[in-house]
Amino acid sequence: MTSIHTRIEPSKGWVSLNLRELWNYRELFYFFIWRDLKVRYRQTILGVAWAVLQPFMTMVIFSIFFGRLARVDSDGLPYPIFSFAALVPWNFFSGALISGSNSLIGNANMLKKIYFPRVTLPISTALSGLVDFGIAFIVLLGMMVYYGYRPTGNVVWLPLLLLLALATALGVSLWFSALNVRFRDVRHTVPFIAQAWLFATPIAYSSSLLDEPWKTIYGLNPMVGVVEGFRWALLGTDTMPGPMVIVSTLAALVILVSGAYYFRRMERDFADVV
Amino acid sequence: MRMTDIAIHVESLGKEYHIGSLQKTYKRFGDALADSVATPFRRATRLLRGQAGSAADLDEAIWALEGVSFDIRHGEAVGVIGRNGAGKSTLLKILSRITEPTTGFADIYGRVGALLEVGTGFHPELTGRENIFLNGAILGMGKREIQRKFDEIVAFAEIDRFIDTPVKHYSSGMYVRLAFSVAAHLEPEILLVDEVLAVGDVAFQRKCLGKMDDVARAGRTVLFVSHNMGLMQTFCERGILLEHGRVACDGPIKDVVDAYLASIEQRGVQDLATRTDRRGLGDVRLVGVEVKALNGVPAVLKTGEPVRFTFHVDRRIPGLDMNFSIFDQIGQAIVQFKSKDRAPQDVSGGVGDRTFVCEIDPLLLLPGRYRVDVGIIGDNRMQDYIEAATYIEVAEGFVDGRLEGQKNKFNLTIPHRWIRPESE
Repeated sequence: MTSIHTRIEPSKGWVSLNLRELWNYRELFYFFIWRDLKVRYRQTILGVAWAVLQPFMTMVIFSIFFGRLARVDSDGLPYPIFSFAALVPWNFFSGALISGSNSLIGNANMLKKIYFPRVTLPISTALSGLVDFGIAFIVLLGMMVYYGYRPTGNVVWLPLLLLLALATALGVSLWFSALNVRFRDVRHTVPFIAQAWLFATPIAYSSSLLDEPWKTIYGLNPMVGVVEGFRWALLGTDTMPGPMVIVSTLAALVILVSGAYYFRRMERDFADVV
Repeated sequence: MRMTDIAIHVESLGKEYHIGSLQKTYKRFGDALADSVATPFRRATRLLRGQAGSAADLDEAIWALEGVSFDIRHGEAVGVIGRNGAGKSTLLKILSRITEPTTGFADIYGRVGALLEVGTGFHPELTGRENIFLNGAILGMGKREIQRKFDEIVAFAEIDRFIDTPVKHYSSGMYVRLAFSVAAHLEPEILLVDEVLAVGDVAFQRKCLGKMDDVARAGRTVLFVSHNMGLMQTFCERGILLEHGRVACDGPIKDVVDAYLASIEQRGVQDLATRTDRRGLGDVRLVGVEVKALNGVPAVLKTGEPVRFTFHVDRRIPGLDMNFSIFDQIGQAIVQFKSKDRAPQDVSGGVGDRTFVCEIDPLLLLPGRYRVDVGIIGDNRMQDYIEAATYIEVAEGFVDGRLEGQKNKFNLTIPHRWIRPESE
């Protein structure tokens, strides 16, 4: 009569990621992202301008305090564009991290009443941040024109660097969103982690403060590779360092894969605990 | 029975829930404070030892389902019956893969559509049109499929004019109509439905039932949970009665409904005290309900006759008040009584300090079966709320000398007087 057969049984230990099912639900990603975008700036006065204002205001503040007052070394670049080139990918990352971590408990009612692959929630939340990133990126290009910078040929690496930021954000969101279901402490911790991470990443300052091998080890924070990569590709700083980005990529992969398996393991009783 | 005939095969299914530590009562504020400081450390220690998953010693575990086995063939419409907390919803949640069983397994042959709550996944800021697509996708429909059924969904929900209005501006009726309509057009081979019809107006409920009947007639399998026994009997041919998480009875729907009605009649006063499906702060709890006819046989309530409701609570606290509400078979609210709303004929005292009595004369409910929900209030806060604290059965009787029998879909009568044209 039908070819679909589903076996429902308790899963034990580590389970497979079941990417095939995720593929069957691909349209759901689209609808979740579309919902996030539709809702995000509805009933706001400034609307999409928020996507630009947040990194832009941070840049202004950084320029005043770190650039002007503290005279932080900015690799010979004007401080505003030095920090903004880092803040654009950073804002994408921290936004995806914070909203991704809350994506499950924010949809608790759905988790309790409908079956769908739960991982679609953190993934689509992270992806929907790409639109804001795109808008802020256009402003970044505008600033480059204003300061008279032409992107270097290395700009072809930019999508991969963005992918690195996405993988990191997703990996961390998977960990935190799953933990958040059980321990609501996570909700209070994440904004703090995001803030600490901001200062642990060379956004207000440059990683050229460090010497090797510390510089490469610094790459264990995947956002170091992303941020320095953005400056290198767009502004032609000579900080782009192969080893650092490789370390960052490996670190991001570890976070992502472990996050995915942890998520799958915890997923089984989300509906009971949330 | 060949394996290919089977739509759902369930074998020794069990589900264990950890309901958390039972609330402790602290003698002193200091103890409470000390405990709130110590608990995170205890939890952290357990976490480090890798015991967090089982959240061991402090927690109380209950089996919501235990050793449940049955087979359902393709095209069968089966009603799952049982008291609140008997495991009905847990069973549907497992079969719809929302939660995993703890033991046993289930094999499902066919595409499953589950309707556990109408309107989950709706976003208030989105328009009706947008929500149809979003909700359809969440329920497992493809974009094309939704586009194809879009007009039908809108027409069924009767909301054409408001399709581009955000649903936060919808009335609750419109909201429910749209939500049901999306779900009803899912066209699964196996449909799991949990008491969704206790919402919306009566006309729409009928429409929904019609739609579900179509589904069943089209040879699809339906597993249906409801408290409405009348509905169950017209809709399902087979019933499964769950009691305390186990299958107590499985057979023709009529027999199973009879078994269920017999079992709820048995539960007496002490049963109420042990019920766990209650809400509220719990400083004071409802422990007993009695309903008696004041004329004739006390156990037989009749339309038009006086009746006395007696409610017992376990403690007396300041600002103690209560209310109770009566619902019909399809969950439609009919009438509510509140002890807080005073009137000159009310009396204080005379029945003890833990008892409320409400006398109704005459009872204006038409013959039928009704559900009584009871809420206990203290200090303006809900202390205890029990859904279906008791059921009452009303037999036909006279109101102002007029025989009031059962009337299709009507629940109430009002004393009245006709002035007819002169007879020839």
